[in-house]
Amino acid sequence: MDTEIKVFNRFQPFKVIIYIVCIFLAALSLFPFIIMIVNATRSTPEIQGTAVSLIPSKFLARNYEILVSKDMFDPIKGFINSVIISTGATLCAVYFSSLTAYAIVVYEWKLRRGFFTFIMAVMMIPGVVLSIGFYKMVYAVGLANNYLPLIIPSIAAPAIVFFMRQYMIPALPIEIIQSARIDGAGEFYTFNKIALPILKPAIATQGIMCFVQQWNNLFMPLILLTQKKMYTMPIMVSLLKGDIYKVEYGSVYLGLTLTVLPLFVVYFLLSKYIIAGIAVGSVKG
Amino acid sequence: MKRKRVSYAKYGYIFSIPFVVTFLVCTLYPIIYTGVIGFTNLKGSTMAFSDAKFLPSLGQGLWDNFVDTLTAPTFHTALKNTVKMWVVNFVPQITLALILAAWFTNNQKKIKAQGFFKVVFYLPNIITAATIGILFANLFAYPKGVVNDILLQLGFIDSPFNFAISASAAQNSVSFMQFWTWYGNTMIVLIAGILGINPEMYEAAEIDGANGNQQFFYITIPNLKTMLLYTLVTSLIGGMQMFDIPRVFLNGQPQNSTLTASLFIYTQAFSGSYQYNKASAASLIMFVIISVLSAVVFFMLRDKDEIKLHKIIKQQEREYRKKVKLAKQQLLKEGR
Repeated sequence: MDTEIKVFNRFQPFKVIIYIVCIFLAALSLFPFIIMIVNATRSTPEIQGTAVSLIPSKFLARNYEILVSKDMFDPIKGFINSVIISTGATLCAVYFSSLTAYAIVVYEWKLRRGFFTFIMAVMMIPGVVLSIGFYKMVYAVGLANNYLPLIIPSIAAPAIVFFMRQYMIPALPIEIIQSARIDGAGEFYTFNKIALPILKPAIATQGIMCFVQQWNNLFMPLILLTQKKMYTMPIMVSLLKGDIYKVEYGSVYLGLTLTVLPLFVVYFLLSKYIIAGIAVGSVKG
Repeated sequence: MKRKRVSYAKYGYIFSIPFVVTFLVCTLYPIIYTGVIGFTNLKGSTMAFSDAKFLPSLGQGLWDNFVDTLTAPTFHTALKNTVKMWVVNFVPQITLALILAAWFTNNQKKIKAQGFFKVVFYLPNIITAATIGILFANLFAYPKGVVNDILLQLGFIDSPFNFAISASAAQNSVSFMQFWTWYGNTMIVLIAGILGINPEMYEAAEIDGANGNQQFFYITIPNLKTMLLYTLVTSLIGGMQMFDIPRVFLNGQPQNSTLTASLFIYTQAFSGSYQYNKASAASLIMFVIISVLSAVVFFMLRDKDEIKLHKIIKQQEREYRKKVKLAKQQLLKEGR
């Protein structure tokens, strides 16, 4: 008892330093976003007067008017477009990755080991490397300004296959599948009705991560979508850098806020799963 | 029983078809296509691939695009910038992440509100990189910007500093944004790694009287080696593709100081004179660089237990065969 208190006391000053560092870093993480949200409600002259302020002003509506009056930035359209692409891509990614992982884990086939090795080998192929060929191919088949080229490639998501396999090995006992077979279930039916529900937690974490990644993707949409009405949220954001918004500080901050808000909502609702997902995804079996 | 298993094997192939077909069409074919373009004269926004010719048929060298790219000063600058901005971001990132991970996993210190800190530190990583680039461009604005205001008030500078003109300030700003968005992620990965270390090791060390620092340097670091290497290489691969932030922050300016390799490829291919051929060559060069790095990760990620098991099985097979051989020879001898 006595020694315990001593140990506790000895560590106290160091603990204070730890808390100071952590609080500083937390402030560093939050501060830019707080400034952004507050400035979204302030007028350009106010921002030019004092850039740092924690007191909201009353120019929110005016800033929004300016933001959309330039006929460039359309947050609602961008939001809808991003939802379509991200949802489609996420559904494709988690469903087909589960299916592929299922093929690797459940069945014994000759190329199984080789296939898994291959998946790990292609996990890190950078998007930049194939962008020009992909761009030319998409234009050749007339699918430019279409969402399909942004959704379909997600069917082959090696990193998610890898994760689903790692999760499946302990979570999906072969006995369950065998008993389903005895009951006369087809293989595809067994996968859809028995394996998928068991994989729900893994699908949730991977789905969230994949959705956020797709939502934030700038490179591919930027080269494949040229029509304004097809623009995704990140492309809309990059428009805020244009000359027409050069002096409209309040509107730019509002535009940024509008793109961040949906992510904030998703993150604070699901942060538990997201953080667990990163932790699990990084530990190799 | 055995016959039944064989009949199921075909589903392994069937269920892999969507992945394989998509991979072939959306990844492999575009890579090969990009590679082929690298050997042609394809450029200009209107030129179709069918009109493009291979360089040798035009009296030029087959590798001319590659040579041009490799000798182009802009490409050198882009590569150098990419590496430089990555290093300046990664060294503090991994250091801070490691320290935080050690603090958060320390049983004696029992840091409170860990969940809150983790959520907040990770937050910037979830936000669109393009948004962060523009947000910071505004925060770093000159002459009246948030950063300038704060620096002036704290007395670090006497007059506003223009971040968009100074090459090194622009590079450091990009590095800072990368650091700021990624250290939380690295920290969570490392915490998972530390929690995976056998707790008995720490208990034994404690009994032997090792203090916190000793435990960190003699247990945590050595056991975290693979994890640190993994973080290093994935970060390096991601860093080599840095695009969103430099593109929206200052679009490679000033004086190409924030031009990265990906941004170089993008500007070559999709702006100005649409030099698809040169950009393709640059893509392939990047592919080679990144492939070498990926190979390292690949060898690290191999399923070690499975490899061990495979080895044991093979060895047993070998021994079995040896025994059979010996038995046969014995039988032959006896038969004689």
